[in-house]
Amino acid sequence: MLATSPEFKQNAREALEDAGLQKALSFSRPQFMGRRARAVAALPEFEALRDIGRDIKNHTLANLDFYLETWADNVARAGGVVHWCPTADDAREAVLRICQKAGARTVPKGKSMISEELGINDHLEKHGIAPIETDLGEYIIQLRNEHPSHIIAPAFHLNREDWEAQFRKSHTDLPPDRVFHERRDILTEARTRLRQKFLAADVGITGANFLIAETGSSVIVTNEGNGDLTQTLPRVHIALASIEKVVPTLEDATSLLRLLARSATGQDFSVYTTFSTGGRRPADLDGPEEYHVVVVDNGRSAMLGTEFQGMLRCIRCAACMNHCPVYGAVGGHAYGWVYPGPMGAVLTPSLIGIDQAGHLPNASTFCGKCESVCPVKIPLPSLMRHWREREFERHLTPAAVRSNLRLWAFVARRPALYRLATRAAAATLGWLGRKRGRFAWMPLAGGWTRGRDLPAPEGDTFFARYAKAQRAGRR
Amino acid sequence: MAGDIATEGRATILGAIRRGLKRGPLPEDQAHMLRERLVEHPRHLIPARSRIPHPAQVTLFLANVEKEFGTSALVPDAAAVPAAVADYLAAQNLPTAFAMAPHPELEAMPWAERPMLRPRVGRAEATDLVSVQQAFAAVAETGTLMLPSAPERPTTLNLLPDTAIVVLRADAVVGAYEEAWDRLRAATGGSMPRNVMLVTGPSRSADIEQTLELGAHGPRRLHVVLVET
Repeated sequence: MLATSPEFKQNAREALEDAGLQKALSFSRPQFMGRRARAVAALPEFEALRDIGRDIKNHTLANLDFYLETWADNVARAGGVVHWCPTADDAREAVLRICQKAGARTVPKGKSMISEELGINDHLEKHGIAPIETDLGEYIIQLRNEHPSHIIAPAFHLNREDWEAQFRKSHTDLPPDRVFHERRDILTEARTRLRQKFLAADVGITGANFLIAETGSSVIVTNEGNGDLTQTLPRVHIALASIEKVVPTLEDATSLLRLLARSATGQDFSVYTTFSTGGRRPADLDGPEEYHVVVVDNGRSAMLGTEFQGMLRCIRCAACMNHCPVYGAVGGHAYGWVYPGPMGAVLTPSLIGIDQAGHLPNASTFCGKCESVCPVKIPLPSLMRHWREREFERHLTPAAVRSNLRLWAFVARRPALYRLATRAAAATLGWLGRKRGRFAWMPLAGGWTRGRDLPAPEGDTFFARYAKAQRAGRR
Repeated sequence: MAGDIATEGRATILGAIRRGLKRGPLPEDQAHMLRERLVEHPRHLIPARSRIPHPAQVTLFLANVEKEFGTSALVPDAAAVPAAVADYLAAQNLPTAFAMAPHPELEAMPWAERPMLRPRVGRAEATDLVSVQQAFAAVAETGTLMLPSAPERPTTLNLLPDTAIVVLRADAVVGAYEEAWDRLRAATGGSMPRNVMLVTGPSRSADIEQTLELGAHGPRRLHVVLVET
């Protein structure tokens, strides 16, 4: 996928002016936040589970080579095949080879962000194989030739009328009098279309929420059941997974699953949590004959041993973006690559480079909400700050910003000078704004005042007032 | 398979991980400790809500099934299951033909006493509208059914029909997932079945305007018949 992250500012400007997107964002975001809050409130142990989730992931990452090898050996023992792919190219080729060997023409797919990252669909299409997204949200995104704008709700940016319009456009045999009054009508239309695809397919591709070393299993979590049909009906199942998905045991996965659905959709548990281990057993009446796992590094191992290692704990619940004021204002597409929101602001520079994705860790108010809802306690604001530092060190920050930052640093590191400067500024601005109490325009602050007024200080600094209050208290 | 490429990829990834972690392969004593952890698979915190006597766990399970938009019926013994299935299908105005798991517990039930019912034993096909499945275990904590694949428990029964009926013995209800895993390990001698589905309510999607609709790709209805003895 070609990144438009370098154009984040332009993307964001367009997003703010997109009435449909703004409607969708204001409608959907409060629902996500409310549902999570209710699910968390109903489980008194949730905070303790967050610590456990963080510790399980940290333990696994510290021993990642051991657990991956154990997992792979157990996949082989269960009759499955592991394809180790250091790069995205390797993974695309591995998937294509399996599909070609199976003689696949159409390939249904369960929802997978790693598939988006690797660009599996484009690669298959280039070689005459038709990938069919079967998650309802992914399905319409594919019809619209778009990318997901959210990691668990790919059609987050769409409204009901967009669905109807697209179905009428893409399903050309639809009778004109077919009604789509209800959401149910949309759902039924997609279900009927896709059922035929599942039944005709030779290969199905899913992602993986977890890999389990103890058993050699891959785990998917869905509500629709599309991922299960994808991996049950075709003759060949391919699971795509990145290396950090592995956890040691079923018990470890279980603890993380207690966090995942609550953090993501606010459900206590998703409808289908499915553990796949190898292919069909001799007397089984159904299930795929072949089971393949394409396990991908694609830049993740380079995060180990750096300040970004903790980002590999991420279980892709999307709580950070659901609670982010910046995501809430501009939506997912503005971020310009696969992973939006705070987790994307940390992960994207790691995977495509800070020179490409420098705007993303800057697109944060550092309000800290993301960290406070993260089920595995990733310190997202600190990690974004690390990226800003690296950006500065590599001289990627614009010259004007750099010189202003240098000036700021010079003043901020000299307390006497800092207090003198702020006292002078507060007094001057307080005097200038004494009549209106606010500024509608100010030199060098046009970016702020274009959208809103700047309140005038009341003439004193915080330090001065604090000192005065202390003196008054002592007396 | 291209063995060289596969081995090369494995070595490349493991090498990169070890470079990142700034060490070589784990020393044997540490690897031994990790292997012990895998064998012991220690439990972490289990929420208090399911730490209750068994009858209360059954009640909690049924309450959670309902919370997740499933339905349930209680029957005193296995002989009463066909009548409960017939009643449910009639009440929902559903066809009386269904695909049924070739599970000995189900096959031993007196289906012939309800001549209106037309069970077909086997996996589900695309045309089946109703299925009857046997549950291996159920988790009270969230109202979750555990359905491990086996010749007598085909996976397609959980997915293809519009209406999924699941027969569950009350003694198969446990409090937490961890207890269900241990039962599965005991029943299979530690080897994981090809597919283990944890099912919590009927299929649904919230992809349209983040608003819940039941019946996405899997069953629109999930009905649990709980056998008390």
